Amino acid sequence: MSLRKPALLSLLVASAGLPLTACGSSRPGGAITLYSGQHEQTTAMLVAAFERETGIEVSVRTDDEAVLGNQILQEGESSPADVFYSENTPVLESLAEHHLLAHVAPTTLAAVPSRYSSAEGYWVGVSARASALVYNTSRLAPSGLPSSILELAEAKWKGKLAIAPSETDFQPLITAIARRYGVPAAERWLEGMQSNGTVYPDNETLVNQVNSGESELGVINHYYWYRLRDELGAAGTHSALHYFAPGDVGEVIDVSGAAVLASSAHLGAAQRFLAFLVSPIGQETIAHSHSYEYPLRPGVSANPALPPLSAVGAAPLTPAELGDGSSALAIEQKLGLL
Amino acid sequence: MSTVAPTQRIESRWTRAWSGRRRWPLVSVVGATIAGALVLLPLAFLVVEAQASGWGEAERLLLRHTTAVLLWNTVRLAVACAALCAILGVGAAWLIERTTIPLRRFWAVALVLPLGIPDFVVGFGWVSLDRGLHGFPAALLIMTLSLYPLVYLPVTAGLANVDAGLEESARNLGLGSWATFWKVTLRQIRPAVLGGCLLVTLGLLAEYGAFEIAQYRTFTVEIFTEFKLGFDTSAAAVLSLVLVLLSVAVLAGEAALGGGRRGWLAGPGARRPAPRVPLGRGRAIGALAALAALCGLALGVPVGSLVYWVIRGGSTTLPSASILGALAHTAEFSAAAAALATALAVPVVTLAVRHRNRFTLVLERLAYLPMALPGLVIAIGLVSFSVRYAVALYQSAFELVLAYAILFLPLAVVAVRSAMVHAPPRLEEVARSLGCSPAGAWRRVTLPMIAPGLWAAFALVFISAATELTATLLLHPTGVNTLATQFWAYTTEFSYGAAAPYAGMMVAISAVPAYLLSRRMTGLAARETP
Repeated sequence: MSLRKPALLSLLVASAGLPLTACGSSRPGGAITLYSGQHEQTTAMLVAAFERETGIEVSVRTDDEAVLGNQILQEGESSPADVFYSENTPVLESLAEHHLLAHVAPTTLAAVPSRYSSAEGYWVGVSARASALVYNTSRLAPSGLPSSILELAEAKWKGKLAIAPSETDFQPLITAIARRYGVPAAERWLEGMQSNGTVYPDNETLVNQVNSGESELGVINHYYWYRLRDELGAAGTHSALHYFAPGDVGEVIDVSGAAVLASSAHLGAAQRFLAFLVSPIGQETIAHSHSYEYPLRPGVSANPALPPLSAVGAAPLTPAELGDGSSALAIEQKLGLL
Repeated sequence: MSTVAPTQRIESRWTRAWSGRRRWPLVSVVGATIAGALVLLPLAFLVVEAQASGWGEAERLLLRHTTAVLLWNTVRLAVACAALCAILGVGAAWLIERTTIPLRRFWAVALVLPLGIPDFVVGFGWVSLDRGLHGFPAALLIMTLSLYPLVYLPVTAGLANVDAGLEESARNLGLGSWATFWKVTLRQIRPAVLGGCLLVTLGLLAEYGAFEIAQYRTFTVEIFTEFKLGFDTSAAAVLSLVLVLLSVAVLAGEAALGGGRRGWLAGPGARRPAPRVPLGRGRAIGALAALAALCGLALGVPVGSLVYWVIRGGSTTLPSASILGALAHTAEFSAAAAALATALAVPVVTLAVRHRNRFTLVLERLAYLPMALPGLVIAIGLVSFSVRYAVALYQSAFELVLAYAILFLPLAVVAVRSAMVHAPPRLEEVARSLGCSPAGAWRRVTLPMIAPGLWAAFALVFISAATELTATLLLHPTGVNTLATQFWAYTTEFSYGAAAPYAGMMVAISAVPAYLLSRRMTGLAARETP
């Protein structure tokens, strides 16, 4: 016992006295804080390129985009964030509704087609993904695949379908159907999906399970499949992508966007970061990465592995029309999917 | 029940004799007040947020079919899991403490280690092993295998200290060995079993990661859904208050069953330990097979899946981060949190044990509540508080440490309490009368007596903090990575091969305190062997 006491005390004292300060340094170019709900890999490459280009240091905070959005709501005026970069637009629309976003510089907005950005100019679209059907190639033949997302609610897919209704990519599908065919039709469709489908917690699991044959098909954003193929290699890939017929309601484009916070103390540097994201260098960085997202700036072509964006989705709804997604959520909650 | 263990009678005699007569130590009152304020902080946030949503919203959330489903899912899992953990925990503890099982020290460490494996790793291991596994069976399996050490640990200590004389008397009076175990041994370790089950139940109420993977919906899963997708903090707060009510019910139930006198050590030490039951060859093989099966399922499956990821894992596309940097941060934050939680638990327990009255007991029970709340809720509460009243603190390492300390205070309280009930204040009084200063008497008399409890508290909190994810993501200093945040970042990128070493590191640094915990238990038993 007498041996233990000093050891215990010294450990307590040592751990209490450890330097607990965060590292923070200032560069001549200035510094900004970025809250990123984007995939870390994409963000890291863009940030590195931006720091090289401008000398502005970027501190990155990565989390689930909805958690970061909530965090910004709680932080309000005191938010340390200067820029918020999200994987989807509904969370940006929510922050705009709470008057927490500054207007994006007009030149930045002009760099990408206006339909990919906030109608009021509160955020700019940076990259896009297209909804697609992933199917197991040993279980299904391409000829037997549905041409419309609506067919997935039919009884023939019972027990074969995979869904991830809690993912932020799922609500835009409901919103798109509700806008074109009405809320009751969207509810009926979702009921069919629910009775046909196995529920998975996220798209990563969904695409994994379809690839392994646990489920036969499901709707995802195209890039999940390309990323899984990267991890598994061609030999481990037993699945493929299939796009719905042109003009189908299931052709949904999900946009990743960025915004400057109204409370930012570094508005100039923050706007430069947004300008960089849609600049030729920023967009080329996205195009050449393994993120498999579509750059939005005209003239910058996507990863050659991808079919052209115009061929896989005419974007029947703009992200601004998709709104904050709350009505889609209400439908999901009504059916007990959430 | 008229049979009260003699030790408990002694304890209540002390408390009767000393409460009221002894002066309340200022340090303990100040410390306990700070601890109480920290625990109340997230609760106050919940009440304010829930009020913001108004009754209409609360009605919409609570008076729907989903609520009944969530309640049923939560309650049935809690009951089944606590029962299974009790059986596994008592069974394993009995084999380790009361039999001549081979490789005893090895098993003593291996049985504690599952605490150090993050729930989402356990969940992922099982689901990737059997893809059809989901829902109630999956949730029960994963949680039982992760949480049974919370019963095993206190029961081991309890068994090591049960007086052999009582059992021998029972045998002499004609009871068989099973009857003796049921009527005498089990009754003596009941507070330890109940205390362990309390921790299991509270931990289960707050669980998210494993249930998300197992697709099992409880209140906490619903809270995350409301928070993440509904973008609705108020709704999440209303649902969290339901969790608070549930945990108050659990705490009251445990107290009613007699767990309030819970202690990890069942006696003051002046007795004879029971001799170990010799296992014959056949029984020893059976016992070894049972332990190997338990450890194989609880440790082998998650660790095996990590190894599989590393072997199978393709090229990672993420820039390689320093795993040692993340390791250092994790160790630093966890150690600071463990020290802080232990330091806060001491005054809370001192008042509850030595100055027992309604107020100090409520304070001690209050300290259990954070364990039943998801880390996300505690963290958002701290965000809300610090941006308003302490901006300098916001996203500092100190705030993260504070969050861990609040979240895992219950573990520290349980461990410190177990030691404190065997440190009679009378001895400290004697030291005072011999000329020691109050601080000196505490340091030279009480501290050595409660040191094992402090170690246990430190180890338990360290392990839990090292594997915490949701609060860490919200509160860590920007740009500072921990093992958990890096693991998360890689898995969301499909880079399982790159993520696995981080999870492996979490298990590895948890092994050190797990080893200390098991040493403490076996060390105590060894010391008392004549």
